[in-house]
Amino acid sequence: MKKAARSTAPERNPVGITTPTYLGMPKFPKLAAPELRNPVLRHNLQMATHTIRDKRAQVVGEVDDWEALRVDGARSKDAALNNLDEHLEELERNLQKAGATVHWARDAEEACSIVVELVQESLGAPAKYSEERSGGETSWGGGEVVKVKSMATQEIELNEALEAAGISAWETDLAELIVQLGHDRPSHILVPAIHRNRSQIREIFDREMGKVGRPAPDGMTDEPAQLAEAARQHLREKFLRARVAISGANFAVADTGTLVVLESEGNGRMCLTLPETLISVVGIEKVVPTWDDLGTFMQLLPRSSTGERMNPYTTMWTGATPDDGPQDVHVVLLDNGRTRVLEDELGRQALRCIRCSACLNVCPVYERAGGHAYGSVYPGPIGAVLTPQLRGTASPIDESLPYASSLCGACFDACPVRIDIPRMLVELRSQVVDQHRGGVPSAEAAGMRAASWVFGNHKRLEGVQAGAAAASRLFGKRTSISQLPWPASAWTQARNAPTPPKESFRSWWRRTHEEPRS
Amino acid sequence: MTAAPRVALFATCFNDTMWPDTPRATVSLLERLGVTVEFPMAQTCCGQMFTNTGYVDEAVPLVRAFVDVFGSYDAVVAPSGSCTGSVREQHQWIAERSGDSGLAREVEQLTPRVHELSEYLVDVLGVVDVGAYFPHRVTYHPTCHSLRMLRVGDRPQQLLRAVRGIDLVELPSATECCGFGGTFAMKNADISVAMGSDKARHIRETGAEVVVAGDNSCLAHIGGLLDRQRAGVRSLHLAQILASTEEDPA
Amino acid sequence: MSTAREEILGRIRHALDGSGARTADTAAGPVGMTGAPTPGSTAHDAMVERFVEVTADYRAVVQRCGPEQLAAHVAAALQAYGAGRVVIPPGLEQDWLSASEAEFVIDDDVSTEGLDRCDAVVTAASVGIAETGTIVLDHTADQGRRALTLVPDVHVCVIRESQVTPDVPGAIRLLRPAIEAHRALTWISGPSATSDIELNRIEGVHGPRHLHVIVVAG
Repeated sequence: MKKAARSTAPERNPVGITTPTYLGMPKFPKLAAPELRNPVLRHNLQMATHTIRDKRAQVVGEVDDWEALRVDGARSKDAALNNLDEHLEELERNLQKAGATVHWARDAEEACSIVVELVQESLGAPAKYSEERSGGETSWGGGEVVKVKSMATQEIELNEALEAAGISAWETDLAELIVQLGHDRPSHILVPAIHRNRSQIREIFDREMGKVGRPAPDGMTDEPAQLAEAARQHLREKFLRARVAISGANFAVADTGTLVVLESEGNGRMCLTLPETLISVVGIEKVVPTWDDLGTFMQLLPRSSTGERMNPYTTMWTGATPDDGPQDVHVVLLDNGRTRVLEDELGRQALRCIRCSACLNVCPVYERAGGHAYGSVYPGPIGAVLTPQLRGTASPIDESLPYASSLCGACFDACPVRIDIPRMLVELRSQVVDQHRGGVPSAEAAGMRAASWVFGNHKRLEGVQAGAAAASRLFGKRTSISQLPWPASAWTQARNAPTPPKESFRSWWRRTHEEPRS
Repeated sequence: MTAAPRVALFATCFNDTMWPDTPRATVSLLERLGVTVEFPMAQTCCGQMFTNTGYVDEAVPLVRAFVDVFGSYDAVVAPSGSCTGSVREQHQWIAERSGDSGLAREVEQLTPRVHELSEYLVDVLGVVDVGAYFPHRVTYHPTCHSLRMLRVGDRPQQLLRAVRGIDLVELPSATECCGFGGTFAMKNADISVAMGSDKARHIRETGAEVVVAGDNSCLAHIGGLLDRQRAGVRSLHLAQILASTEEDPA
Repeated sequence: MSTAREEILGRIRHALDGSGARTADTAAGPVGMTGAPTPGSTAHDAMVERFVEVTADYRAVVQRCGPEQLAAHVAAALQAYGAGRVVIPPGLEQDWLSASEAEFVIDDDVSTEGLDRCDAVVTAASVGIAETGTIVLDHTADQGRRALTLVPDVHVCVIRESQVTPDVPGAIRLLRPAIEAHRALTWISGPSATSDIELNRIEGVHGPRHLHVIVVAG
């Protein structure tokens, strides 16, 4: 992609950390294969994505001028990103004025250690607890925090870091709870347990809840209402006793210092209201310039995400509110590769993303591959453009992600902030190809070079066409071929291929339109 | 009376080499409508396969060649949504990326004159009834690039509805991608086939004898699956149905 | 060694300085604000009716009444949910409760466990949004601190017709003073709900499972 001209040093900003879960993952087609062959998963995903897709289409259709809203959403995010430094400094000033403490984290590791230390301080853990623990001396029984669903904390694998420090992190969003209790990974941004059906969820609750708190009620069936009730009972004791909560934020408003969390269940309100200490991990791209910008995003996000006119609950808080909610308020501003994405003029569009997941729900590839195949907490089309930019394209999974798309364009049409995902995928593909130039070319690269040479001149193309016409005689009256050698076997494993025609178009044209005149 | 319109046909390399019936039909259709068609022999390929696979450097000479071949024509018509999309939506970027500002300028001047067939018929010639006859049950698959890149809208359906004898039936989940996606069909063959199988199932559900589309690349994929399934459904390019007459049926 | 703050800001400048981004025009244009109709007009009444419909759409119970019927409606609502012990914010108009026989606890920093023992809460509201069926609390004295409307299982919320505004941008504009005063806001659109199990919507997870809205004239 075209780079912004630089006045300073030529080095690039660092990529974010690839967390242990995703290190060494194979490429996308390999990860997708088992998912594709799993009929339960395929069914769950198809049902779910089509249901949300239809709901979204309906509520988007209700809005007089949706396109104007999209344009304004993109404008607001671009305004934030184009002067991100100034907006972050303004956000910081306003947060501090409102009694919050602001921390900055260059990468996942730094963010995790900031949060772990804050939790330890709040819970009264002995100083330098982690050193003591590594020395084998555990003088602290550990502690717990409640968490409201946050992509940023998943991205940095905060729960694992807390666990290593002897702190239990309880996910409180129902789907996150299902994922956590099932020792599983999320597969969708909005509905992380989309790959699980009700009977699987019942089984997980029944088996796991009692190990970490209040067990599931006896005789619980797989009725969704009963499962939700079990989650309510299980989590309520945790909410009522929690002293520290960890959240992310959907938006961070620079000109007021306000953080915003949209949710449905009330678990967010519980976490954001009841504990004494609140720590919010916020990606630096979550900033929006002004309070008025929320007028657009509070329309775009619920309709694009859950397909509702408005989500049941939204909390907006500005630092510590006197006599209301947590009085010890911290905000951790996270880079972890985002400033790298910002370097790229087109690629930075991906930082507009408001994590609505509309692109996942319309994506025919996501629908069949499932979320786990994307090798990151960000699945689907947005993951395919965001992950290779955040983490770079050095690993097999990251360099295969830009190719995990048929470029059908449905994602762009659904995106509420007009991220041109298809165009960005093509540009990322060119980066992947270019990073391999110079060495021994792969079979594909050699083939592409040869083909480019053929197409570079019509006479060479005509030579190939003459060869095809000659070959067509071998097939006689047959019009299709059911088996071809590698690499074309990838085509004929399930599809017949056409036999070449006896005469190319240009030969016909020359015969019928040119020769009589000459 | 104005002079007869003249166009340059961009057959596309894929049609030229593998599906000559489609550009032949395009020629006979346009000539029947009084258009003078020229076929510049030096044309080859728009470069889409290279661009979309990431080999953008390899596409630069093809963009150069495209401009050289077609730059002097008032109108260029291609029977392919995808290749037209590549010219209109990608050539500019490829030229700019290569650092050749002269080429970028030439591309910018040429691309608005490049039309996909249904756009040319409806918008430039202003015809919907092209005098075709095709007495068969047909379903139309809107290919992704004509739908979401070129935004041809319902122009192909307008043209098809005006064909005498046709029984045009709606395709369920029509706007969903068939799964071809260029080299995606090879690189992610399993997912491509899963998508295509759903498309093939929807086509069979309509009971159509013929599936029609504006791109032979997608049709090769869909038709290849239907053929393997021995579904007995023919796949035909839009140009071939529009060119079809009682005397010369497709 | 530079701090993380300096380093991140430096990286941002490295990415943006000298690029077109710095000078791009991203001025805001007017988007989607319709302007509130005059209270008392037919258009205003239609907007309030829309608010009622949309709020009910998310399975909140919604009633409209005149000021003279309000106390009776509050009493009936509390009775319908069998609410015996009801917490109220300190600034709530006491007249609203005059017809009810429930035991009212005026919030004076009641503990979370204490709130958990309350059956219901009655509050006022700050803003209503017609197009989305949303009630916004700015947690002033007649709405109370946030925990009040979160822990009890029934929330009876009284909103005046004049507090209803047509759309989201209009509400955002009305709420700026509250935000500038560092007050927290809670936006409520129907009762607590989840769609996490096979996309089935289930009302009532952690927040109040019953939301009862009374829209009072004036």
